[in-house]
Amino acid sequence: MRMMKPYFSVLKLRLLHGMQYRSAALAGVATQFFWGFMYIMIFEAFYDQALHNPPMSLKELITYLWLQQSFLAFIMLWFRDNELFDLITTGNIAYELCRPCGIYGYWYAKLLAQRLASALLRCFPILLVAFLLPQPYRMTLPPDALTFLYFCAALILGLLLLTAISMFIYISVFVTLSPTGSLLVFGVFGEFFAGLVIPLPLMPPWLQEMTYLLPFRLTADFPFRVYSGHIPHNEALAGIVFQLLWLAALVLLGRLALTKALTKVVVQGG
Amino acid sequence: MNLYFNYLLILFKSQMQYRTSFWLLTAGQFLVPFSLFAGLYFLFERFGQIRGWDFFEVALCFAVIHMAFAVSECFARGFDTFSSLVRTGDFDRLLVRPRSTFLQVLGSKFEFTRFGRLFQSIIVLVWALSSLSIEWSVIKVMTLFLMVVSGVFIFTGIFMLAATLCFWTIQGLEVVNIFTDGGREMAQYPLNIYQKWVTRFFTFVIPFGTVNYLPLMYLLGKSEGNELLYMLTPAAGIVFILPCLLVWNLGVRHYRSTGS
Repeated sequence: MRMMKPYFSVLKLRLLHGMQYRSAALAGVATQFFWGFMYIMIFEAFYDQALHNPPMSLKELITYLWLQQSFLAFIMLWFRDNELFDLITTGNIAYELCRPCGIYGYWYAKLLAQRLASALLRCFPILLVAFLLPQPYRMTLPPDALTFLYFCAALILGLLLLTAISMFIYISVFVTLSPTGSLLVFGVFGEFFAGLVIPLPLMPPWLQEMTYLLPFRLTADFPFRVYSGHIPHNEALAGIVFQLLWLAALVLLGRLALTKALTKVVVQGG
Repeated sequence: MNLYFNYLLILFKSQMQYRTSFWLLTAGQFLVPFSLFAGLYFLFERFGQIRGWDFFEVALCFAVIHMAFAVSECFARGFDTFSSLVRTGDFDRLLVRPRSTFLQVLGSKFEFTRFGRLFQSIIVLVWALSSLSIEWSVIKVMTLFLMVVSGVFIFTGIFMLAATLCFWTIQGLEVVNIFTDGGREMAQYPLNIYQKWVTRFFTFVIPFGTVNYLPLMYLLGKSEGNELLYMLTPAAGIVFILPCLLVWNLGVRHYRSTGS
């Protein structure tokens, strides 16, 4: 436990730091409401005259969309820390290397805290209002308490997993030296396969199969569908095991890649 | 105008210095609307239609809006990133030069990589047009052209309004994304699929309806009435830039340097 202490302090400090931006969060809430409403209206229009029953009810979909908007900071890959990019491209990484703690854990804690702070500030107002909205926009409660517990576990693991994935963006900047390209490619593919462009059940079967092989859907699509009960309990449990496996694999891989990148690091500038 | 082309030339040369990065970014920009379009395609594959519009009709709408957005992001990128000019106080330098601030800000950035985006929309446009049976006439071609132009003006106007806000807030505001990115997402479907109040807002306050709904109906032969009137609706969208220019000038007069 003592080994972990510096990482927890980084987490706490960053969390407090992130909580300072309350007005920015408020603006974010307004934006997310707009997006939420817009998506719901689009899907409402699609569902209106659907010929056969879609694989996901409109009610489940609306809950899915509100969860997506509330926990945006948990699921968006383009949510970035420019400080880290600057460290790499300006060569200030040299200072980071002098710190008496592992750089992977340090950055991981930093990125995690940033997402956590942003989500904590934003999710409550959005959820609160979404529960009070008139039908058909109202968000529903999970069917039972156990489902909710599964959802919490899946959401938190999803966050840990997403942070592990986003570490790869930063690691890739060591090679490319320009964050824009990495962000763009990771962002586009990651978001599509996480079910943020269209929810997973609405994709054609062949694409779904492909998506199930990738870790991205475990960060967003999976917890949200657990919440609405669209994924039954036994599958949810299996999904959580998958999340743990992916998390272990990605953290291990990330550590390896980072160590490798650091052996070749060229400190830019003087 | 000459000055503006000089600006462009310099920016182009500077962006070409990082050639690989430039091409990669252009390719990346191609991917962004591509994933959106893939989503649209899959939704239509499942549902078949949306409030009576079929896939190619919506694809046409999508193409027009994304083309307009790409072009205005190319040109008006300077306004999009304007907050940094205000925050660093660099805007002071623009004020002492004997040219209009509008032109200088417009020329301060030009995102050539956005051609990737434009290219994607053009492909969609061609695909949609070749699959739709439209009886073409000179007026219809004009209408289509005006739709894109009008879209460019509207997006540029929104970018300008957002930039003007920076005079008061110094920081760029996330809320304006509702009208830029949000407007784009929203207008990629014909406006009548939304609730009435949304449709009204995006027709009379921010005139997206004059780009993607009224003329689209005419193009697809879904409307009756005076042809010329329909051809001219996109022109109403172009007029949107005038109040934006006015507000911009007001903002410039209000400007107080952040110093340093």
